[in-house]
Amino acid sequence: MLRTVLLALALASPFTVPTAFAQDGPLRIEIDEGVIEPLPFAAPTFIAETPRAAALAEEITRIVAADLAGTGLFREIPMAAHIGRITSFDSPVQYADWRAINAQALVTGAVNTDGTNITVKFRLFDVFSNAPLGDGLQFGGTTASLRRVAHKVADQVYSRITGEGGYFDSRVVYVAESGPKNARQKRLAVMDYDGANTSYLTDAASIVLAPRFSPAGDRVLYTSYETGFPRIYALNLNQMTRRALDDQPGTMTFAPRFAPDGNTVVFSLSQGGNTDIYSLNLANGSRQRLTSGASIDTAPSFSPDGRFIVYESDQSGSQQLYIMPAGGGEGRRISFGKGRYGTPVWSPRGDQIAFTKQYQGRFHIGVMRTDGSEERLLTASFLDEGPTWSPNGRVIMFTRETAGAGGAPALYSVDITGRNLRRVSTVGAGSDPAWSPLLP
Amino acid sequence: MKLFTKSLLLVGALAVSACTDPGRFGGGAGGFGDGAGGLNGSVNDPRSPAYFQQTVGDRVLFAVDQHALSPEAMAVLDGQAQWLMSNPEYTAIIEGHADEQGTREYNVALGARRANSVFEYLESRGVASNRLRTVSYGKERPIEICSTEVCYAKNRRSVTVVTAGLSS
Repeated sequence: MLRTVLLALALASPFTVPTAFAQDGPLRIEIDEGVIEPLPFAAPTFIAETPRAAALAEEITRIVAADLAGTGLFREIPMAAHIGRITSFDSPVQYADWRAINAQALVTGAVNTDGTNITVKFRLFDVFSNAPLGDGLQFGGTTASLRRVAHKVADQVYSRITGEGGYFDSRVVYVAESGPKNARQKRLAVMDYDGANTSYLTDAASIVLAPRFSPAGDRVLYTSYETGFPRIYALNLNQMTRRALDDQPGTMTFAPRFAPDGNTVVFSLSQGGNTDIYSLNLANGSRQRLTSGASIDTAPSFSPDGRFIVYESDQSGSQQLYIMPAGGGEGRRISFGKGRYGTPVWSPRGDQIAFTKQYQGRFHIGVMRTDGSEERLLTASFLDEGPTWSPNGRVIMFTRETAGAGGAPALYSVDITGRNLRRVSTVGAGSDPAWSPLLP
Repeated sequence: MKLFTKSLLLVGALAVSACTDPGRFGGGAGGFGDGAGGLNGSVNDPRSPAYFQQTVGDRVLFAVDQHALSPEAMAVLDGQAQWLMSNPEYTAIIEGHADEQGTREYNVALGARRANSVFEYLESRGVASNRLRTVSYGKERPIEICSTEVCYAKNRRSVTVVTAGLSS
């Protein structure tokens, strides 16, 4: 009845999501329909199985509820409105009590701790079907990993109801900014997707730009000006070691991004005023030029299958999006709308391209299919740029900068339906977010 | 997991560049141009960097999304070339900059084009190319901070930064 999954967080061992049962019950959000009315759920405070677990149980319950409500797909029914009380994790659920307050989903849980480790059990119920939705599940970890354990629970709830993969147990690497606009200090920072647990990866001595995660989330590519010239670097997050990837005098390198194999890096190299795209094999150091000509070719991003690269080029006279084979070759233009298109990023599912669009003095984040059709603009502001996809391809995070002398950047997220635009919590100003894969 | 809980600072530790100038943006210490006196010498001394900066003119401006040199820009660059020819102990780094209306990567590339336009012009006027290097800051280092064309026009620039003695 209650399946146990020990999440050995401290050992970084792989965590496999148990295969859920068939999710064809009535409690289901079809996200693609564009949810208008969020699904009401109740999450009574998880049972503390020992007195010392009480505070942890409270915190975990709040994180789970915040994850779900933050998607815009769910609405929490406040605790004060609850009629039913969950007094024991294993007692039968009184569905009528939850139906009475119109809770369609009920999340119950129990937390135990020995002071060092925690275990969290949870169950999900489809109130109007009088039935559990999926098996009970137990996660284990250390108290230091409490937020991750809570995100794992919320990912399970989200997945069971939407049929989509989750994205709460993930990280975001970005550029933390401070200081006035004409002397901005920038350093690399990494945080949980919801802004918790921020730590800094570089100091503020040099300008840094646009970090990007490796497919496994263990390395970060970025651009730094520490030599006085923009250069690309790879940072190993396990060892906190770093190496310069391409260091030829007279050149500048920027806009790096990993291929899905984690061994190839594509980037832009400027020499003699001309900017082209190159690829670099990290294992053997071999370098290959993928574009040529006098145009600015930059912002390359691989398709998830590794076969193609989408990038921007001004070869037509203005910034537009192109797709070429991963080994280089003729680019095929895919953007034909009015305005300029840049910073394309291929979706994790492979079917869409997110981009920045400039048109009539405004900036937009948008998505289009890989053939350029079905373009949709999701945002509009003075300056929006640099989209990054959530691990499940449902949400896009990006930079929004305000105008004027006091202007500053912040991170925002938006659902790919265009709904649920919200500011992402960060310590201070931030730009250039890049979303990690779902953590193991 | 372990990897994310580490929060060591990776302190930039590559060798400090031989030139005094490229790093000056990095620490946020300031701004642009020290003005008369100090390390740059006196603006009244025609052989000083201060004179180059303020009297010859260390910068030229560009039109929106362009890197072509205007006649006014060429006149300033003629002066720069003349100064560099007369002061062979100096090398120069040519910075290309963009205004904030543009995406980050594109603006780095656009700044590279602008810096290169200046590089090629100075070279065509007789300055040895091994005394010149280019760098692009994209939109990362505006000097004017408003969000109107008045400021943008001054931010779309190249700046020639001269340094004594060191050939790169």
